[in-house]
Amino acid sequence: MAPNQSQLRAALLDPAQPSPAGLTDGQGKPTQKRFDVYRNNVTVALSDALRASFPVLRKLLGDENFDQLAPLFARSHPPSSPLMMYYGDAMPTFLKGFAPLAHIGYLSDIARLELGLRRAYHAADSEPLDPAVLESLAPEALQASTLTFAPAVQLITSDWPLFDIWRYNMVDGAPKPQAVAQSVLITRAAFDPSPHPLDPAQAAWITAIQGGKTIDAAHDAALAIAADFDLSPLLTVLLQNGALIRMTTPKD
Amino acid sequence: MLDATRHPPRLPAAPGVGFKPQHFNALRSDPGPVKWLEVHAENYMGDGGRPHAQLRALRDNFAISVHGVGLSIGGEGALDAAHLGRLKTLLDWLEPASFSEHLAWSTHGAEFLDDLLPLPYTDATLTRVTDHIDQVQDTLNRQMLLENPSSYLAFTESTWSETDFLAEIVRRTGCGLLLDVNNVFISATNLGYTATGYLDAYPTAAVGEIHVGGHDEDTDDQGAPLLIDSHGCAAVDPVWALLEHALATTGPRPVLVEWDNDVPDWPVLRAEAERAAASLSAIAVR
Repeated sequence: MAPNQSQLRAALLDPAQPSPAGLTDGQGKPTQKRFDVYRNNVTVALSDALRASFPVLRKLLGDENFDQLAPLFARSHPPSSPLMMYYGDAMPTFLKGFAPLAHIGYLSDIARLELGLRRAYHAADSEPLDPAVLESLAPEALQASTLTFAPAVQLITSDWPLFDIWRYNMVDGAPKPQAVAQSVLITRAAFDPSPHPLDPAQAAWITAIQGGKTIDAAHDAALAIAADFDLSPLLTVLLQNGALIRMTTPKD
Repeated sequence: MLDATRHPPRLPAAPGVGFKPQHFNALRSDPGPVKWLEVHAENYMGDGGRPHAQLRALRDNFAISVHGVGLSIGGEGALDAAHLGRLKTLLDWLEPASFSEHLAWSTHGAEFLDDLLPLPYTDATLTRVTDHIDQVQDTLNRQMLLENPSSYLAFTESTWSETDFLAEIVRRTGCGLLLDVNNVFISATNLGYTATGYLDAYPTAAVGEIHVGGHDEDTDDQGAPLLIDSHGCAAVDPVWALLEHALATTGPRPVLVEWDNDVPDWPVLRAEAERAAASLSAIAVR
């Protein structure tokens, strides 16, 4: 009886299983090494995709450790769609539950950041909001307005110095990470996503705006975390990087 | 059967290469004999960004062939409707000259295994594959090309030869064929038949495109040669000889140089395209 695809799939993902029965080299001889070509193709293709998606995670773990981790992850979490550029969604949760690495708390957040950069790279294009729109409004109308982010914009919240860890591993000569909580805002002005560090109050402002809150309410959310919150530096980053695409002002 | 109003493939009978983003600038300044580009459908199924912008720029100068690697046409389950929808979206905006996929499976249930996995050539597989191709051609409203696989093993239950199997698929669905002569060379070596014998039995009238590419050499459990499809090096002389053998029967056809791994600098890939151009010229003067 020939193997069905369910049996083939199980043998492909489990290196302990022998080559399924019903396969031949064309001359009726054993096929273990031949079946192993497919098994190897699957593991290598998935591991290569993970290597491309998680360069900082690989640097943090070292090549050897990453190359051991990738097939383990691949066999237990094969892709859920043929869109390989998004492969690895389960990596942050996998890392949290992976005992040998669970003591390195920020690995999971780095994986979330790298997934966010990928999503931003492939996100829809958008026309940035003209800053003049913001300046044209009376202060009260501005406070009551809501803002829409570009499709590429992502917020990766973290209790670790996430931006500093990312930069230290990606940029030559970057300073060592400081022991502060740092979230990351991802924007994409043209085609290349860029990460920006956010303090907890700035992250709260972004979260509130993403949740559809007014500029006034977002300001209150940020002030609740830092009494000296000043929106200006963050607003500059947002406008310079095309992160805002629409302002909605309530009709009087 | 194929509806006459459907778009037939319309790639030029000239060399093409698999598009790699690192060749974007070189392709526009120094294309050599390259007249068309093949892209993997799934790499362009994001929502926008650089991948889409590069395709929009390239299609002004090159015909585009969309080559799917994720449809799992040989899958035991139903085709992934969401994925077929994404494919339709891509083809609708890109309007490529051709769409091709593989005689293989890659998806099982909700899992995508990212490899072109082998099929037994039986009546049951034939029914399934032809149903899926009908569905694809109906949904996309265009003729698709189906590529022969590179095989490392065979199924004892197979009752059809691969060439008869492909011919019957063409007869039932009206699809065209993508003849990969590197895959023919690999499968013939691995399964113990002659590549030229395969080509002589192959339904050449349906060929809409030909692939050449590189492979790696290994040995099997018995120490017999085991060739592995890698697309990671230049095509070897016997594969170029097979291309010319095939072209002698098919006449001029679009010829793609596939190089997907360890991608070389542009001049190396352009040299492979020039070799394909020479093979096409040799046919033209015959």
